Amino acid sequence: MGGKTLYDKLWDAHLVREDDNGTALIYIDRHLVHEVTSPQAFEGLRLAGRKPWRTDAVLAVPDHNVPTIDRGDGVAGISDPVARIQVETLDSNCRDFGITEFHMDDPRQGIVHVIGPEQGATLPGMTVVCGDSHTSTHGAFGAMAFGIGTSEVEHVLATQCLIQKKSKNMQVRVEGEPGPGVTAKDVVLAIIGEIGTAGGTGYAIEFAGSAIESLSIEGRMTLCNMAIEAGARCGMVAVDDKTIDYVRGRPFAPRGEMLERAIESWRQLHSDPDAQFDRVVPLRAEDIRPQVTWGTSPEMVVPVDGVVPDPATESDEVKRSGMRKALDYMGLEAGTPITDIRIDRVFIGSCTNSRIEDLRAAAAVAKGRKVADNVRQAMVVPGSGLVKQQAEAEGLDRVFIEAGFEWREPGCSMCLAMNADRLEPGERCASTSNRNFEGRQGAGGRTHLVSPAMAAAAAVSGHFVDARELL
Amino acid sequence: MEKFTTLDGLVMPLDRPNVDTDAIIPKQYLKSVKRSGFGPNLFDDWRYLDPGEPGQDHSQRRPNPDFVMNQPRYQGASILLGRENFGCGSSREHAVWALEDAGFRVVIAPSFADIFFNNCFKNGVLPIVLDADVLDRLFAAVEAREGYRLTVDLEAQTITTPDGETIGFEVDEFRKYCLLNGLDDIGLTLQHADDIRAYEQRRRQEAPWLFSEDV
Repeated sequence: MGGKTLYDKLWDAHLVREDDNGTALIYIDRHLVHEVTSPQAFEGLRLAGRKPWRTDAVLAVPDHNVPTIDRGDGVAGISDPVARIQVETLDSNCRDFGITEFHMDDPRQGIVHVIGPEQGATLPGMTVVCGDSHTSTHGAFGAMAFGIGTSEVEHVLATQCLIQKKSKNMQVRVEGEPGPGVTAKDVVLAIIGEIGTAGGTGYAIEFAGSAIESLSIEGRMTLCNMAIEAGARCGMVAVDDKTIDYVRGRPFAPRGEMLERAIESWRQLHSDPDAQFDRVVPLRAEDIRPQVTWGTSPEMVVPVDGVVPDPATESDEVKRSGMRKALDYMGLEAGTPITDIRIDRVFIGSCTNSRIEDLRAAAAVAKGRKVADNVRQAMVVPGSGLVKQQAEAEGLDRVFIEAGFEWREPGCSMCLAMNADRLEPGERCASTSNRNFEGRQGAGGRTHLVSPAMAAAAAVSGHFVDARELL
Repeated sequence: MEKFTTLDGLVMPLDRPNVDTDAIIPKQYLKSVKRSGFGPNLFDDWRYLDPGEPGQDHSQRRPNPDFVMNQPRYQGASILLGRENFGCGSSREHAVWALEDAGFRVVIAPSFADIFFNNCFKNGVLPIVLDADVLDRLFAAVEAREGYRLTVDLEAQTITTPDGETIGFEVDEFRKYCLLNGLDDIGLTLQHADDIRAYEQRRRQEAPWLFSEDV
């Protein structure tokens, strides 16, 4: 019998029962809840007369719908009445069912995938779920973390378990050292470019190799965050000293002797040397340059020194037609150098890239420069109230404001444009978010996914440039 | 959940890969706190020429005549043909609620994104995976013949074409059982409540920090 992968270990540790056909009941340690995908689940509990199985495992926060300006009047001040009702509904559901919630006016409020780790509510070895596909983010801690639908939110609330089938194991192995100015975002976009947006479907991806080990925990969160964009419900990275150092001292993390006991257990959270993967994808970090997406799927990505590809060179008919549709939607011509693409808006934020390191990287580029005249708006949306406080303590807000960026309140904002932050039809945006789908940032809006440094570089240049030239 | 046993239905083709859940139901409709009423906004950005906002009177909107769903021959379709990676992106179950509300009970594609695939089964919608070359043939057949229908039999795991050809498909045993009987899987899981409690008891010994009561 061979060794176990990290995913195998996490799976085995959470297996409550398994049927002969492989249908398993998996125990959930942490359930994160937000306002958009939970109201129908709570309503389902009520209709069936059920109670949450374990309220202490649940942590809730409004993030998708919250405004990022003018928060003085709290929830009552949300101008969109439908959005306001949804946030109020979360508040009342949490109150009724006895669930801990960070309210909109709480300094700890923020994007659910930022606050979980920030609070130590995400711990190594946990199963973490949330009604949000980017729950894969929490895999950065050696956790099994994945997004679920609303029916499953209700299922976890009612039973603390999920019915699952085990995924296959994939290892994405990035060896070598990324060049200076090449970030976790570039690494993950390059990985998605390599395996495609369905490449990870049916797999749990473990990111490994020296380039991954050298990433900070925040970088690993960016990486795991976008595992779902490669089709994998969970992405993960083995636990090391960095993981443990990050967790230590956080409000919800264990302390003292309990922490020492936990650390001993967390040290086992890595794949065994003789573990077998169903698929291994090797990449060289040195080959990865800053990335820019050109189309309407995250796999439509090229290095910043590349050009918009020509559909005529694609042999697969379905793909070729998909590329044509994408170019048409994006208003781009094949062969255009990426650095010739001019932009209208810039968004720095989202669960992918709104942590303090992301803001520092963007500020390093913005410092002493000005947002270009053709850029109508550049905004920075910190991932949480605590990230915002930290950034302000470091003076990053001043750097951004002096350069002409808007400094906003925390939330999902223009990653999905559920609140007022959105693109107008035809507007082109350099965005640090995770999806460039048609209409994602506003109907008719055109999204190019990039790292925070690349977004800041585009903001001050008015078009894409290699951020390394500005560092 | 509504049972799914057999369906004889009109087929609508949606010939593009990577149809994401943002396209299936745009974000502005996710503000609803209900499970119903999403059908008129299914594929909203493709289906209408005017921008969509919650609460609109749909009879006043401008349908996009080029979009397949607005073509007279596909009115009343209940089977959707898709391409690779159908349902990718956001976990929003609203995507399945919208499909179901618009009358679709079967989606056939060469591959599905995992979360969407899962969500279908929770709502009485059957997602069927077929080889890409079989899909190619079905797309061609639908285009060629107006009123093209398929018969889907979940018990037998077969799709029958108007020419009498039978195509088999795979479906997970447990999911099939739940669909055929319209079962609420929370009820099924709660039958194992003792197993869950036993697991928790064991786990409290092994990893007590996961049961901290501070949260």
